[in-house]
Amino acid sequence: MSLLDVQSLGISFGGLKAVDDVSFRVAPGEIVSVIGPNGAGKTTLFNMISGVYQPGRGSVTLNGTEVTGIAPNRLAEMGLSRTFQNLQIFQEMTVLDNVLAGYHLSERGSVWADLLSLPGMKRRAAQARAGARKLLERVRLDKAAEQIAGNLSYGALKRLEIARALALNPKILLLDEPAAGCNAVETEEIDHLIAELAASGIAILLVEHDMKLVMRISNHIVVLDHGEKIAEGDPATVSRDPAVIAAYLGTEEEEPAHADG
Amino acid sequence: MAGRNKWISLGVLALLIALLPLFFPSGYYYRVGALIFVNALSVVGLVILIGYAGQISLGHAGFAGIGAYACALAPEHLGLHPALAVLLGAVVSGVMAALIGKPILRLKGYYLAVATLGFGILVSMVLTNERALTGGPDGMNVADLGLRDLLRDMGWRLSGGEFWYMICGVVLLIGAWLALNLFDSPSGRAMRALHGSEVAAATVGVDVPRQKLRAFVISAVYASVAGSLLALQNGYITPDVAGFMHSVEMVTMAVLGGVGSVLGATFGAAILTLLPQVLTVFAEYEQLVLGLVMVLVMIFLPQGLLPSIARRLRGRGE
Repeated sequence: MSLLDVQSLGISFGGLKAVDDVSFRVAPGEIVSVIGPNGAGKTTLFNMISGVYQPGRGSVTLNGTEVTGIAPNRLAEMGLSRTFQNLQIFQEMTVLDNVLAGYHLSERGSVWADLLSLPGMKRRAAQARAGARKLLERVRLDKAAEQIAGNLSYGALKRLEIARALALNPKILLLDEPAAGCNAVETEEIDHLIAELAASGIAILLVEHDMKLVMRISNHIVVLDHGEKIAEGDPATVSRDPAVIAAYLGTEEEEPAHADG
Repeated sequence: MAGRNKWISLGVLALLIALLPLFFPSGYYYRVGALIFVNALSVVGLVILIGYAGQISLGHAGFAGIGAYACALAPEHLGLHPALAVLLGAVVSGVMAALIGKPILRLKGYYLAVATLGFGILVSMVLTNERALTGGPDGMNVADLGLRDLLRDMGWRLSGGEFWYMICGVVLLIGAWLALNLFDSPSGRAMRALHGSEVAAATVGVDVPRQKLRAFVISAVYASVAGSLLALQNGYITPDVAGFMHSVEMVTMAVLGGVGSVLGATFGAAILTLLPQVLTVFAEYEQLVLGLVMVLVMIFLPQGLLPSIARRLRGRGE
């Protein structure tokens, strides 16, 4: 059974169809990648699935429940977690606090317990802290735990966002270009991390420009162009698909038009 | 780390409150001290709203007005003890904040500023115009708390200044303790997270509108209690307590001292309460010098006085 089921999803911005009639499924433990040229609508698709944008058409079903257009915090409660293409880090907070914020759902309680620093709150916070430290070790940021997040390098912040997203203990993880701006070593680390997460049963939905990474780790690839799904299948099938090659390299008919223009 | 910082901040504050009277040349300074603590209390509330949650309010004097007039009206009309009137004011302020906060906290930045400004003006107009109840612009008398007489009967003689210095100091310490607890708690982290990025906060499960409302209500209660203490110690209250200038003063104190830190906010309250007293020697230039100091601080120490100084000291230490 699929964990995430996206059916005919679409959205328009001022008459322009940014995403149109896109459908696909993700099963537990599966890595599904969404690829396509810049402006193909990949991040818009992510924003609709994660509740940041209200879809204009279609439906999203999570674990058998229809969740189309519900708020991101409700989706988080249902096991959906994500990272962002253009980092959304809590810049003024420490690295540890960033990950602790990811434990919000498991450590939250009454506001009175928080104001009075009651033992129940301390216990929940201590559990979250222990978990957060482990996650920081996993993404090799444990030494930077007490630093202000805004002072970290771009690659480190990418890993911090993944750690924060994992703090929710998600059933499905949406990764929006996790390897963008990372060097070869960092990319390989992220590669391993994603494979590990999938092996532990988490469904992964990935947007990534690094084609080598995508081809290596994906079970299934969805190709978008101008907001529409032009192909899908396993990496080998997709990489041979003429429509995909045309979308990435441009078709032969288009070349003279460019030359004339 | 954060736990240790909390006790350092509280310790410094407690020491200052306890030891400052040793340097007071006259009893008058107890009055000034109590005023600083009252201002600091409402500014600590704003640290939660502005510093933690990143939301602005230009109408918090409205809540101070509610707290102050609760102490003036409830004992006279409802027969409540003044101490219970403080609680009543806090509850009314909290409920008001919840009711108006729900719609207006959806607004951002300067839209939110204008909406809260409107609320503050509304409260101050009601207090000014309901002459039959509030005495209008002339204000009204506030019943005595009665606690000082009780202490005297028990053999502890305190002047009015000393008594209020102590009460306001203790309440400020409690307020600071609560705010510091909140900082390093799940709610405080959620507030700081939405301050950093509302989208990211929502995707980790933070109910953003709810956390904003929490910060707004808590800070309103701080302002309300501060207003009550002001009314009780002066024994008299006018609608100025709810006026626009008072709201601006609160925000200025918070920003001047350093809006992210409880200790900084207290420092800001102290400076802006003391400066006008010191600047009386400049007579008509007082406002000018005050404005100049604020502009200079914002240009050269944009993080606020205390955090900037702390950063510089730390930088030298390394």
